[in-house]
Amino acid sequence: MTSRAYISGIYEHPTRKADDKSLAQLHAEVARGALADAGLTMADVDAYYCAGDVAGWDMPGTGPFSMIDYLGLNIRHLDTTESWGSSYINHVSAAADAIAAGRCQVALITLAGRPRAEGAATGTAPRARGFSAAEAQFELPYGPVVTNLYGLSAMRHMHEFGTTSEQLAWIKVAASHHAQHNPHAMLRDVVTVEDVVNSPMIADPLHRMDCCVVSDGGGALIVVSPEVARTLNKPMVAIRGSGYSPQTTQGGWIDLTKSGAVISGPRAFAEAGVAPADIKYASIYDSFTITVLIQLEDLGFCAKGEGGRFVSDGRLIAGQGGLPVNTDGGGLCNNHPSNRGGMTKVIEAVRQLRRQAHPKVQVDNCDLALVHGTGGALAGRHGSATLILERE
Amino acid sequence: MSKQRIIPDPVTGPDTRQYWQAANEGTLLIGNCTACARTYFYPRPHCPHCFSDKVELIPAKGGGTVYSFSILRRVEVPYCLAYVTLDEGPSMMTNIVECDLHRIRIGDRVRLVFHASAGGQAVPMFTPTGHD
Repeated sequence: MTSRAYISGIYEHPTRKADDKSLAQLHAEVARGALADAGLTMADVDAYYCAGDVAGWDMPGTGPFSMIDYLGLNIRHLDTTESWGSSYINHVSAAADAIAAGRCQVALITLAGRPRAEGAATGTAPRARGFSAAEAQFELPYGPVVTNLYGLSAMRHMHEFGTTSEQLAWIKVAASHHAQHNPHAMLRDVVTVEDVVNSPMIADPLHRMDCCVVSDGGGALIVVSPEVARTLNKPMVAIRGSGYSPQTTQGGWIDLTKSGAVISGPRAFAEAGVAPADIKYASIYDSFTITVLIQLEDLGFCAKGEGGRFVSDGRLIAGQGGLPVNTDGGGLCNNHPSNRGGMTKVIEAVRQLRRQAHPKVQVDNCDLALVHGTGGALAGRHGSATLILERE
Repeated sequence: MSKQRIIPDPVTGPDTRQYWQAANEGTLLIGNCTACARTYFYPRPHCPHCFSDKVELIPAKGGGTVYSFSILRRVEVPYCLAYVTLDEGPSMMTNIVECDLHRIRIGDRVRLVFHASAGGQAVPMFTPTGHD
């Protein structure tokens, strides 16, 4: 079966602190890396995808054009859909659609950021945010930041379903088991459940080790048409299914224990014609441990409320458990460039399908992988993006 | 005296003046749709449930329960971010104040209080009623 599009180039920038590079430069470096991986050149690129991390985004509407100008791109299609960390997962799907519609043949997607070099306190201080957002005046006086917003979701999940800090800790433990094999990972020490629950409380009930790293760097993807993919000397990683859906606050009738994955997940599975039990490897956005747990439930890997038991006892550790997750060490241990996790999630899934993951974490016979991300706040408004990828 | 958290001023708009004026007079207003008979928060000139513009602002009685909360500790003055489910139905983002933060639990009954923002706007918050 031929897919409408394939991922033929991936690149993850090795830097985790980019004091000596500009944001635009990082975008260029990841583009170069992904093109080299695919065996293509900038002249082959006819579509560009970027989101709010692009250099110049602070000039609304014009940042992407500054980036295209800087890169020297000569393209006939572009898409600047922004949904924070899930943007790049959605971009893969959008690029596949554009390729199927005949708008382009070779799409470049880039992400980069340097929050560490810029010294941003990204977890405990308000992000730059439009005061014109309708809800801003009803929320900003109360001090919502990233960590306490995700804390709200975790606290409610614990209340409704009896989820424990120890169960959440298993998600970090799994990430650390994987990160020990990744020479680029920021945190390579294997940790225990006790280490996690004994780490300092940041925003109840989330401890420091429930939180992802802050890192500089970035990544890029090349999505191509079937005709182009067949000319490249790369394993054929097909886009089989996708979904993209928002979560809102429902006029105050909120449910903080679920995410937009309840819509994007089933849609992606239906399009691919597969079920959660068929997935051999999953990249699940891990901004926090609770993010993984709620997304796994909403994607159907276990029933709502069962996530705590599902992730326990090493289930997510490659070679030990039933569902290896984030074998690069994820955002919790490896890399979270620009505070946006979607790009590295796609990259590690492609590595797994190509059998290019680290041998210690490579999943046997890995032919079907899922990628999922939440962009925004789990407790409130976010965009959920799901991708199902298959090696042909 | 312990340090107080500085509450950022809400940046209000022409469609929310009544809400903030009422807050300064000690009243919390919520949205009520006369077309579909459902309440909502935050207030806006249409119903987020059915998009009718037959909506009104009604005063909340001021009682509610803690839906969820999180105490941000890694800042100079720790504070409790929460969603409180109002007795009228919808939940609103808020702070739980005037209490020992570490005794707050989901399901706690709370009542409405107002604290002034940096620029003097009264901002609705909640305090537990059963913590004595």
